[in-house]
Amino acid sequence: MTEYLLLRHRNQGEENIADLDTYLALGGFEAYKNIVTTMTPESVVEIIKASGLRGRGGAGFPTGLKWSFLSNRFPRYVVANSDESEPGTFKDREILEHNPFQFLEGLMICAYAAQSEVAYNYCRGEFWELTHKLEEKVHQLNDYGFLGTQIFNTDYSLQVYHHLGAGAYICGEESALLESIEGKLGQPRLKPPFPADRGLYQSPTVVNNTETLTNVPLIMSRGPDWYKSIGTEKSCGPKIMCLSGHAKHPGNYETELGITFRELIYDLAGGIKGDRNLKAIMPSGASAPILPANDEVLDTPLTYEDVPNIGSQLGSASIILLDDTVDISWAVNKTMKFFKHESCGKCTPCREGTYWMSHLLGRINSNVAETKDIKLLEEVANQVTGKCLCPLGDFSTSAVVSGLELFREDFDFHLSNGNQSIQDVNI
Amino acid sequence: MSKEDNILVTKYGDQIQVILDRYPDDQKRSAVMPLLFLAQREGLQITDVIMDEIANILGVSTTQVASIVGFYTLYYLQSGGRNRIQICTDLPCALRGSDDFANQVCDTLGVKIGETTEDSEFTVEAVMCLAACDKAPVFQIHNSEGISYFENQTISDVQSLIDQLVKVPEILEEDDK
Repeated sequence: MTEYLLLRHRNQGEENIADLDTYLALGGFEAYKNIVTTMTPESVVEIIKASGLRGRGGAGFPTGLKWSFLSNRFPRYVVANSDESEPGTFKDREILEHNPFQFLEGLMICAYAAQSEVAYNYCRGEFWELTHKLEEKVHQLNDYGFLGTQIFNTDYSLQVYHHLGAGAYICGEESALLESIEGKLGQPRLKPPFPADRGLYQSPTVVNNTETLTNVPLIMSRGPDWYKSIGTEKSCGPKIMCLSGHAKHPGNYETELGITFRELIYDLAGGIKGDRNLKAIMPSGASAPILPANDEVLDTPLTYEDVPNIGSQLGSASIILLDDTVDISWAVNKTMKFFKHESCGKCTPCREGTYWMSHLLGRINSNVAETKDIKLLEEVANQVTGKCLCPLGDFSTSAVVSGLELFREDFDFHLSNGNQSIQDVNI
Repeated sequence: MSKEDNILVTKYGDQIQVILDRYPDDQKRSAVMPLLFLAQREGLQITDVIMDEIANILGVSTTQVASIVGFYTLYYLQSGGRNRIQICTDLPCALRGSDDFANQVCDTLGVKIGETTEDSEFTVEAVMCLAACDKAPVFQIHNSEGISYFENQTISDVQSLIDQLVKVPEILEEDDK
């Protein structure tokens, strides 16, 4: 794939597509105008279903299907999830900065398909400057008549608003995000009911990730068959792979779904920093099992179906590379500090479990742990897994369980070598 | 309500209305987060008086407002420096040296992580992922103007930023003290 469809579609040259007139001159919002003036909402949903688009926020749920689940009640809401907070994920921010109108067009098409007249874009609070820029762009769209009442002289009305979060990873979970817009603590709801039935203000609601929505104008203008021709049968379309950690050239790489870890890491990103050896890969940020960097893993295609076959998840494709200087027990300790900080506190296994796992990992990393501490760590991880309201609890144990299974020597090292200092990981 | 209970309404009446208009008429509580951000323009701290006022505007209890302040990390009950330097030390950034970088920033300012400089200009904090992992070391500055990102930073970048941010000393006030 030589064309950039998400990061700078309509900008294969040097044009600044974050400028509305430039975006329009390159064909932007033609799909939206065509849809609002000539298509039924149901036919839009059918096209998205036929495209095979799956949610890019991590779960990979079929997008068209999600849209078709909306209960037959009004008002309905559409919410974009721009709460990008998974360690190692930085794709939505680049879309919002460099290709904001393609995202907004996708959000607006989604709203039309959902027969919603109000859409919110929930941005993490740290995206303060970016969100103020996006609000300006929404004002422009109002001025140009793409938003407001009687859009293109039809009966359709739509307003887009921004809602800033304030520093809480858990608000990336869709029901917690809705609670947050409602002015409550960002704590996940018990499901069912799902947002499609009881979402924002108890109304039927679609929540989609920013990157997912940025795919929508492409599908609507070029057709579902074209879209399906990209990627694999079960994982269609382009995907932004966020590469971080010990990559020689970290960054966002837009590729077809289905390229292998090896192609991404060595062909596109230049390999490992300092030409060191790759030790492990975290394919989905802090939230999925760690993978060993062996040939089987490196030759695995990055798809929703293939990564689970080797014991992890594609998630949002936030790929963290760990070279052979990294002490995996240190890395796991880092991820656990994150989850301990971000646990919303609603359910006991997660709130207490992340605290105790962090405590135990801290002991291990301080070289004061005994063998029984590692056993206790395993036990606590097992007691958290599968027992929480939302996925955060399970996410928190992924690195612990896989780290202990694959790299046990990195944990044992701290027991047997008492006071010896570990290798400096910050090379 | 006395006048000092109307700090936000007096100063930001129009903006409060713009914020309220984003949400359905019967869902005013949704505005609590944007109103708290608005309040922090008056100094990066949420006071009891402000929480009471926001509760009054929204028709909710002060406890409900306080729970939001407590839950979300970008609202501050404790006063800190005029600029909060929030350095990401999460795993992807740490793999690219952010822990050492954070310590160097602390040394430059003569504080430890979590502490505030004596002149109350800066607080240094270690924070969770900022979605800029490919541009580590990275930090954000949170002050009453808002939040700005600084990416691919070196310690000399930080030094010149600190020089820019430090208030020009208000000589009379400072000297008279």
